[in-house]
Amino acid sequence: MEVTRRQFFKVCAAGMGGSSVALMGFSPTNALAEVRTYKLARATETRNTCPYCSVSCGILMYSLGDKAKNAKAEIIHIEGDPDHPINRGTLCPKGAALLDFVHSPNRLRHPEVREAGSNEWKRISWDEAFSRVAKLMKEDRDANFIARNADGATVNRWLSTGFLAASASSNESGYITHKFVRSLGAVAFDNQARV
Amino acid sequence: MALQSLDIARRSATTTDSPSVRQTTEVAKLIDVTTCIGCKACQAACMEWNDIRDEVGSNSGIYDNPRDLSAESWTVMRYSEVEEAGKLEWLIRKDGCMHCADPGCLKACPAPGAIVQYANGIVDFHEENCIGCGYCITGCPFNVPRISKKDNKAYKCTLCSDRVAVGQEPACIKACPTGALQFGSKQQMKDYAEERIVDLKERGFKDAGLYDPQGVGGTHVMYVLHHADRPQLYNNLPENPSISPMVALWKGVAKPLATLALAGIAFSSLFHYVIKGPNEVSKELEDELEEEDAS
Repeated sequence: MEVTRRQFFKVCAAGMGGSSVALMGFSPTNALAEVRTYKLARATETRNTCPYCSVSCGILMYSLGDKAKNAKAEIIHIEGDPDHPINRGTLCPKGAALLDFVHSPNRLRHPEVREAGSNEWKRISWDEAFSRVAKLMKEDRDANFIARNADGATVNRWLSTGFLAASASSNESGYITHKFVRSLGAVAFDNQARV
Repeated sequence: MALQSLDIARRSATTTDSPSVRQTTEVAKLIDVTTCIGCKACQAACMEWNDIRDEVGSNSGIYDNPRDLSAESWTVMRYSEVEEAGKLEWLIRKDGCMHCADPGCLKACPAPGAIVQYANGIVDFHEENCIGCGYCITGCPFNVPRISKKDNKAYKCTLCSDRVAVGQEPACIKACPTGALQFGSKQQMKDYAEERIVDLKERGFKDAGLYDPQGVGGTHVMYVLHHADRPQLYNNLPENPSISPMVALWKGVAKPLATLALAGIAFSSLFHYVIKGPNEVSKELEDELEEEDAS
């Protein structure tokens, strides 16, 4: 086998080049494998109740940041609360998808009103909404309240307005809501948002 | 000290042994199809935990939605309407990765470390190392992995390895409102399945049984079936799944032979280059050819 001076240089250059490229990090190294980092490790955990139906499953909401002054919380994950006696960590498909419900672009974020005859929803303030509802309720109650029936017996009914309250209320808030609505004489009253 | 939170037992396209001294608990998921109501809470929880959102599909006239597994849907409910002894039965099966003890995907994968099996039995894809060749789909006896159209990498259920690594149950199991999904050590799951099977047999399902196919060395996702004698009723769940013999051939015998052949070619070309050098044309021959061209 004859190796010329030139060939010898070529082989040496190729070897040097190859090892240099490998040294610079282009070599096919053994890839390290690791499980995805646990995304909730330092997220803030907040207990709440699922807003959908009256089963009122307990949920854990996880938000970005550790409540530091400069960190704005944003919910990144929701799952069932294993310590909640009703669902013990489980959720239905709607509850399991709550995160997208929270971040839905269609979510109602403030009170709105659609005036009679109008086809547009107009944003109003909470104060405006509350005083308007209260005013309308009083007007209607003053006009339609039935204190006595035809036989003269005291009935204190208010049949022309109904009241719909939140489904995910606690027993205590449900009791207060009940007391409030019944003391007005309202009969049509539902505290269940249904499924 | 290991470099990862879950010990890796096997890696794709790697011949060196993984550290195997530490013994961790073998985990398993049990899907009791007899108590599943097909609510899809597991599907929703899976999407939520893994940060994947499939495209909104269209209604194909059946409950299956999405219609098939995809890179964004790692688990889907498959609904089969079967008539048994004159009665309609609605058999609902949660489909997804079975986390085989002897994973066909891992065996078929040519990319080092793209598919790993942890010591606890979970088979996981590491998309960073995936080259998108799709061999894992060919290797899988259950037709589970899917290549993403976005990044051309293969995806499938991870059995929430990130949750299991910190001691939690997978997201689907936590959500399941009927308790049809259970999670624990493989032995615990087998024991629980045994109880369920006794109960089902008492209720008249004489063929009730556990689906833990031995053709793939057993699985870390097992089913309790009312008709364990005919798993194909459940949307063609294979009766005796096994890794295709082609995978064994091309990853077994053919692989060292091919490597040898490639190395042979590379070495002989180098040898040829060093001895012979490039093909040189002598001055005389060149002149001769030029003359021919001129004439």
